Amino acid sequence: MEQPYAIEMLHITKRFPGIIANDDITLQLKKGEIHALLGENGAGKSTLMSVLFGMYQPEEGIIKKDGQQVDIKDPNHANALGIGMVHQHFKLVECFSVLDNIILGVEPTTRGGVLQKAQAREKVVALSDKYGLKVDPDALIEDITVGMQQRTEIMKMLYRENEILIFDEPTAVLTPQEIDELMEIMRNLAAEGKSILFISHKLNEIMSVADRCTVLRKGKCIGTVNIADTSREELSRMMVGRDVEFVVQKEEAKPGDVILDVSDLTVASKAHSNNAVKDVSFQVRAGEIVCIAGIDGNGQTELIYGLTGLEPAKSGTVRLKGTDITHAPIRQRSTMGMSHIPEDRHKHGLVLDYSLEDNLVLQRYFEPQFVSKAGFLKRGAIREYALRLIEEYDVRSGQGPITTARSMSGGNQQKAIIAREIDKEPDLLVAVQPTRGLDVGAIEFIHKQIVATRDAGKGVLLVSLELDEVMSLSDRILVMYEGEIVGELDPKKTTVEELGLYMAGARREEKRA
Amino acid sequence: MILLLQYTLIFASVLMLVALGGCFSEHSGVINIGLEGVMVMGALGGALVMKALPSGTSAIVIILLVVLAAIVLGAIYSLLLAVAAIHFQADQTLVGTAMNLLGTAAATVFVKAMNTAEDVNNVSSTIQYVEPKKAFLVYIGSFEFNWFMLLALIALLISYFVLYKTRFGLRLQACGEHPQAAASVGISVYKMRYAGVLISGVLGGLGGIVYITAGVSEWKFENGVAGFGFLALAVMIFGQWKPHRIALSALLFGLFRALANVYTGFSFLAALNLPSNLYNMLPYIICLIVLAFTSKNSRAPKAEGIPYDKSQR
Repeated sequence: MEQPYAIEMLHITKRFPGIIANDDITLQLKKGEIHALLGENGAGKSTLMSVLFGMYQPEEGIIKKDGQQVDIKDPNHANALGIGMVHQHFKLVECFSVLDNIILGVEPTTRGGVLQKAQAREKVVALSDKYGLKVDPDALIEDITVGMQQRTEIMKMLYRENEILIFDEPTAVLTPQEIDELMEIMRNLAAEGKSILFISHKLNEIMSVADRCTVLRKGKCIGTVNIADTSREELSRMMVGRDVEFVVQKEEAKPGDVILDVSDLTVASKAHSNNAVKDVSFQVRAGEIVCIAGIDGNGQTELIYGLTGLEPAKSGTVRLKGTDITHAPIRQRSTMGMSHIPEDRHKHGLVLDYSLEDNLVLQRYFEPQFVSKAGFLKRGAIREYALRLIEEYDVRSGQGPITTARSMSGGNQQKAIIAREIDKEPDLLVAVQPTRGLDVGAIEFIHKQIVATRDAGKGVLLVSLELDEVMSLSDRILVMYEGEIVGELDPKKTTVEELGLYMAGARREEKRA
Repeated sequence: MILLLQYTLIFASVLMLVALGGCFSEHSGVINIGLEGVMVMGALGGALVMKALPSGTSAIVIILLVVLAAIVLGAIYSLLLAVAAIHFQADQTLVGTAMNLLGTAAATVFVKAMNTAEDVNNVSSTIQYVEPKKAFLVYIGSFEFNWFMLLALIALLISYFVLYKTRFGLRLQACGEHPQAAASVGISVYKMRYAGVLISGVLGGLGGIVYITAGVSEWKFENGVAGFGFLALAVMIFGQWKPHRIALSALLFGLFRALANVYTGFSFLAALNLPSNLYNMLPYIICLIVLAFTSKNSRAPKAEGIPYDKSQR
C-alpha cells in the first residue's frame, strides 16, 4: 500500500530541565505537500525540528519515515534518510564557489581523491534549470546576495537528492522580491514531489504557499488545519491563544511633555544587507508607557540599539527632552536621563564577574558621591548605596553586596538591573523584554516597578514579545513589522487577535499620521 | 652572483617549506605559532642522524634517513599542539609560544648533555656534520645545487595540487573557514585539523633541517632557528595562505637573507661599508615593513584560532 506520509512525528515529547519544550506533539508530513509549522518564539518549533534532524533525542514518541519507524541519531543520519535542512544561519563557506559548497562532503572524485568537478557542475546546472534556481556555480559565496546564498543551500539538498526539505524561517533575511521567488521555488519543489516543512510565524507567507499548517503554542500542539479551510484570523488565534489574561493594576495614563522624539530613524542590520529599522518615527511622553510590540527579529533590537547608542544610527534623529542625542556617547545619554534595561542582561546589563555592589554603581561610580577627587572609589559610600537598593528592590543573593553577579539567579540579576536603572530617576526608561525568562512573582514585581516609574511622571518605552505583557502594561502600542511601525493601537480598544494580525504582517495602517 | 642565487634559493626553500606547513595548519583552522619550535626539533633529528651515521654511508641513504628523522620529529612535536589545541581546546597562541620556548631549550639541554657525555670538557650545544652534509650537494659548474631545493619545489607543487584539486584540500579549507558548515555535511572537523597540524609538523621539521645545513656545517642549538619559524609565518601571511604566492614571497625574503651572506661579493654593496649586522637584520626589518602595509588586506582563514566545539552550532 502506498504510504501517504513522508515523515510522521508521533506524540513527541522533549523535556529540558525545568520546561517541556515539546509536549505530545504529532506532525504528519504528506508526500509532495508544503506543510507549515506555525508558532511564536519559544513555542517549540525549533526543538521539534532539532528532534527530526537528530540533534536531540525525544523522551517519548516515535518518528516514521515512509511508514517505517526510524531512530535518527545525528544530522548525518538524517541526511542519509533524505532529510535536508536550510538553516536560519546558512552553513556556507564564504570564500568557496557555489559549486564547491554544494559538493562539500559528497565530492565526486577519482579513486585517488582528486576532485572531478565537471560532472558535478553538469548536475548542478541541470537541477538549477529544472527548479528555476538560477544559481551560478562559479560565483563565490561572499559575492552573491543572501537570496542566492539561500538558493545554494536549497541546491545542496537537491544535489544530495533529499526528499524531505526543512526550511527554518527562510524568509527572515530576504527582501520581498526574494521572498516571492522563494515561494515560487517551493511550489516547484513540491510539484516535483518533494515534501516541504516550512517553519514560520508569518501568516501571509503560510497562507500563500502552504497546503496544511500545524500550530504550536507553548510546547503544545494546538492542531493541524487545511489552509484552504482556514483564515488568517483563525491561525493567528491558534498561534497566540487567548487564555491567561495577566492584568496589571494601573490608573489612567496622564501623558505630559514629549520626552523622547524619534524621527525617520534608520539603523543598519548586522545580519543582512537590508536596514533593520526603516524610517521609524514616534514619540514617548512623560507619564505614559509606550510599547513596541512585534515578533522577534522585526527590528526592535536594532531600534533600541540606535536609541541607546549601542549601534550608530544610519540616518534620522533622536531627541531626548529636546536635545539631539543621535550621535551622543552612551554615557551622555545616561547622564541626561535615559535608563536602559537591556534585552541581553548578561551581555549589556551586568559585568558578570563583578560584585553586585560594583554592578549597581556601574553608571554612577564617577559621581562625586562615589569617587574622591583623587580618583579613588569611596567604597563605604558604594556599600551603603548598594545595601539601600538591595533592601528597596528586594534583590536576593548569597552574600549581599559582595556576591558575584554571575552566581545570582536570573530574576535577581534582572532586579539588580532594574534597581540600578530606576533609582537613577531617569526621565526615560527603556525596558527591553524586562520579564523574559522570569517566574511569575518576579514578573509581577517588575511590572509594578514600571508602572510606578510611569506614575512618577517618567516616560517608559517598553519592548516586549509577550502579548499578555503588551496588552496589560502599555498605554499605547506601536507594532513593528520588518523594521517599520505598521500600526498604533490602543490596548483598551484592540484585541489580542487584531494585534496578532499586525504583528504577523497580515494587516497594516497605510501611512500613519 | 651565482652565490647570491644559490643562497637565495636555499633560504627560500626553508621559508617555503615551513610557510607551506603553516598554510596547511591554518587552512584547517589551527594557528601554528610553534613552527619555530617544530623547526628546531626537525633540525635536531636530522643533525643527530648525520652525526650518528658512520662515514662512508652512501649519499642516498644519508638523505633519506636525515629527511625521515626531521619529518618524524617535527610531526611528533607538532602533536603537542594538535592534542592541546584540538582535543583540549587550549589557546593556540599560548601553546605555540610554549612550544617555541620548549623546542630550543630542550634541544640545547639534550645536545649539551650528549656532548658532555662524550667529552667532559665539551659543554657546547653544537653538533658538527661537515662530512655527511656533502651528501646533499651537487656541483653544477660553480653552482652548489642542494637536493633540498628540489624537495621544496616538489613540496610546493604537491601542496598546490592537494589544496586546490583534491577532496582532502577542499574539506581541509572548509574546516578552517566554517567548521560548523563542514560538520553539517558530515566532515570530521577534529580529524581534518589533526591532519593539518601534522602536515605542518612534517614540513616544519623538514624546513628545520634544511635551515641548519644551509651554508654552515655545524649548528649551535642555543640559537634555535633564529626566528625563521616566525619569518615563515610572515611569508605565509604575505603569500595570502596560497602556495604559489607563498613561493614568490619566500623568494623575496630568501633574497634578503642571502644578501647577509654574500653582500661582500658585490663591490657596490661592500663600498657602502655598512656593518654586517645591518644585512643580518634585513629580512626581519623587511618583514615588519611588508606586514605593516599588507596585513590589513590579508584574508586569513576565518575560523583559525577558534577551538572547534561540537556542541556549538
